[in-house]
Amino acid sequence: MMAKRVGMEVSVAIGEAAKMANVDVVAAYPITPQTHIVEHLAELVADGELDAEYIPVESEHSAMSACLGSSAAGARTFTATAGQGLELMHEVLYVASSMRLPIVMTVANRALSAPLSVWGDHSDAMAVRDTGWIQLFTENGQEVVDNVLCAFRIAEDQRVLLPVMVHLDGFHLSHMIEPILLPEVEAVKRFIPPLKYPFPLDPLKPVSMGDFGPPFIYSEAKWAQEVKLREAKDVVVECWQEFGKQFQRHYSPVEEYRSEGADVLLLTMGSYSETAAAAIDKVRAEGKNIGLVRLRLWRPFPFAELRQKVSQARVLIVLDRALSIGGPVGPVCSEIRSALYGQAKQPKVVSIVGGLGGRDISVAGFEAIISRGIKVAEKGSRNEFEIFGVRE
Amino acid sequence: MEKFAVYVPKLITKKENFAPGHRACIGCGEALAVRLACKALGDDVIITNATGCIEIISSQLPYTSWRLPWMHTLFENTAAVASGIEAGLKAMTRKGRGLAVEAKVVAMAGDGGTSDIGLQALSGALERGHDFLFLCFDNEAYMNTGIQRSSATPYGASTTTSPAGKVSIGQFAWKKNVPAIVVAHNAPYVATACPSYPFDLMDKVKKGLETNGPAYVHILSVCPTGWRCLPELSVRIGRLAVETGIFPLYEVESGRYKLSFDFPKLRPIDDYLKSQGRFKHLSPDEIKKIQTRVTEEYQKLKEIAARS
Ligand SMILES: Cc1ncc(C[n+]2csc(CCOP(=O)(O)OP(=O)(O)O)c2C)c(N)n1
Ligand code: SF4
Ligand SMILES: [Mg+2]
Repeated sequence: MMAKRVGMEVSVAIGEAAKMANVDVVAAYPITPQTHIVEHLAELVADGELDAEYIPVESEHSAMSACLGSSAAGARTFTATAGQGLELMHEVLYVASSMRLPIVMTVANRALSAPLSVWGDHSDAMAVRDTGWIQLFTENGQEVVDNVLCAFRIAEDQRVLLPVMVHLDGFHLSHMIEPILLPEVEAVKRFIPPLKYPFPLDPLKPVSMGDFGPPFIYSEAKWAQEVKLREAKDVVVECWQEFGKQFQRHYSPVEEYRSEGADVLLLTMGSYSETAAAAIDKVRAEGKNIGLVRLRLWRPFPFAELRQKVSQARVLIVLDRALSIGGPVGPVCSEIRSALYGQAKQPKVVSIVGGLGGRDISVAGFEAIISRGIKVAEKGSRNEFEIFGVRE
Repeated sequence: MEKFAVYVPKLITKKENFAPGHRACIGCGEALAVRLACKALGDDVIITNATGCIEIISSQLPYTSWRLPWMHTLFENTAAVASGIEAGLKAMTRKGRGLAVEAKVVAMAGDGGTSDIGLQALSGALERGHDFLFLCFDNEAYMNTGIQRSSATPYGASTTTSPAGKVSIGQFAWKKNVPAIVVAHNAPYVATACPSYPFDLMDKVKKGLETNGPAYVHILSVCPTGWRCLPELSVRIGRLAVETGIFPLYEVESGRYKLSFDFPKLRPIDDYLKSQGRFKHLSPDEIKKIQTRVTEEYQKLKEIAARS
């Protein structure tokens, strides 16, 4: 069977990707805008199309906890969540990465209460920034499907054995119906080798997992984890290269759009990047030397790639879809500034926050963000950062 | 099923899957209960353990007391982790990648990890009907963190968060009946046990392990440190809990209650209370109140058992 292009809802396509990866266990709890993913997986299992155990847990805390158990048993494990659900999982996320459990999770990014908002932004993602997961951002349905497949291969690589989160924007991506090329199952099987978890829970080879770490060993355990997550970057890049070879779609940690030699750069993450690209086309047509940089690999943070791609610009405008309330600037911008600090050549980095709680940013909106960003870079601003379009 | 109580103790395995050398306080009833439970569990089990005394005393890196596959993750999620292990094993076995032995999943938690913060995960796992055994080691407070009250702390006990004081009698609520909550989930096997009755405990653990579906054993575990009692009296005090009727031993199979030991006459509750510093402040009136409640509850249990 050839790979086929079909129109489908992105959430449904994620379910299909997990099916192609032949997952063993799905433990999940419904929350908008992620629900369609787990509903579709429940259907696939109910119809016998996917041979997996589906655990309809009673909370997200239990969803991730069940994932810990099933992954430690050596089973390929998948879940999905969003917003409050991701927050309820919070303490469990650290355990998944610290215990080196290769769980794959899609997050349909959603704003956090209060006020309650089911709509998208990156507040949930930013709140789990330091949980030790590999984290990828995606821009369209095809990228989500491709990266879910890559996520299994990366997570389960014996050099990695870390959980992977694939972020997709709630509604703006999760609920879109898009033409998606589903790879053929045999090709996916070759691409994702069977999971061989090296130390599963097994009475014939008893291991103790999750032991208690006194001060004399805790720092070393954490440092080992830090080293492993950093080293995982090479495997992520290698996986994307192999994916490119086999499926002809190419991904890298920091991607560009018409940014070669640009004087001003805009940096985005997630689905808004596509609208931003349309705005870049417009300003380029007006003869302005402005380009776009998209951050795909959020953890481990791609320091070298980022520096290489932005340091020559004069101005770098970073669009954040989350706040660090009472903190410096938007969380992504804060990291970018820190990554560039002390570099011999670096752009002036401007922080703009927008698209909170599902608010759209149109092409014209991005044009406005660009011109405002340039003005702030040149003349400064009253505030550390600005929220685009906010009524004060 | 092996009837440990019927055959002589010689038949019990000498193998210690919960190895000596752990860090429990002297006279710890929980450690004794875990040791006995492990003898009944055998080798083909996977254990998931909640945060609490048992985890802390048995797993300090780089050592472990466990000769069984064992996994600790967090405080409140043990039943959920057990669900995941069970589901993972099931799926892999079906898909031809299962373990070489058939392993059963056993969750272990203290009374806090069971009746308070872990109750939701337990309820979920019971309701979904996973095939696992849940062992609650009830020492009647959060001991690992320094003797704070839980919903399993008995009425009148002084703890660090329900201290007895000029205007306080200590714990102000009656002990939560978790076994009854589990029974309400239609779990096929529920029992109470105490390491002071070792053969009974091992029988029940084994029965729970062999049950198809969720099984639950609630094990009263004397904690000399938290109960302010003499460590050499741990076993004796466990017996007094049963003989006074404050912690009756029974089984509930498919909803049918059966008392494991019945006493024509219960010992006065004072015999139990006076052995422990946590009750030493109680006035005769309060003791009377407790006696009335214990007698009533025991009577109710007998009636349910008679009707079953
Ligand atoms: C979410 C969370 N809250 C609180 C704690 C702190 N804590 C660890 S163990 C424990 C009490 C354990 O009590 P119990 O379950 O009765 O076990 P015991 O130590 O008495 O055997 C507490 C409060 C924690 N680890 N995690
Ligand atoms: S505090 Fe109590 S339960 Fe914990 S180890 Fe000491 S005696 Fe055992
Ligand atoms: Mg306790």
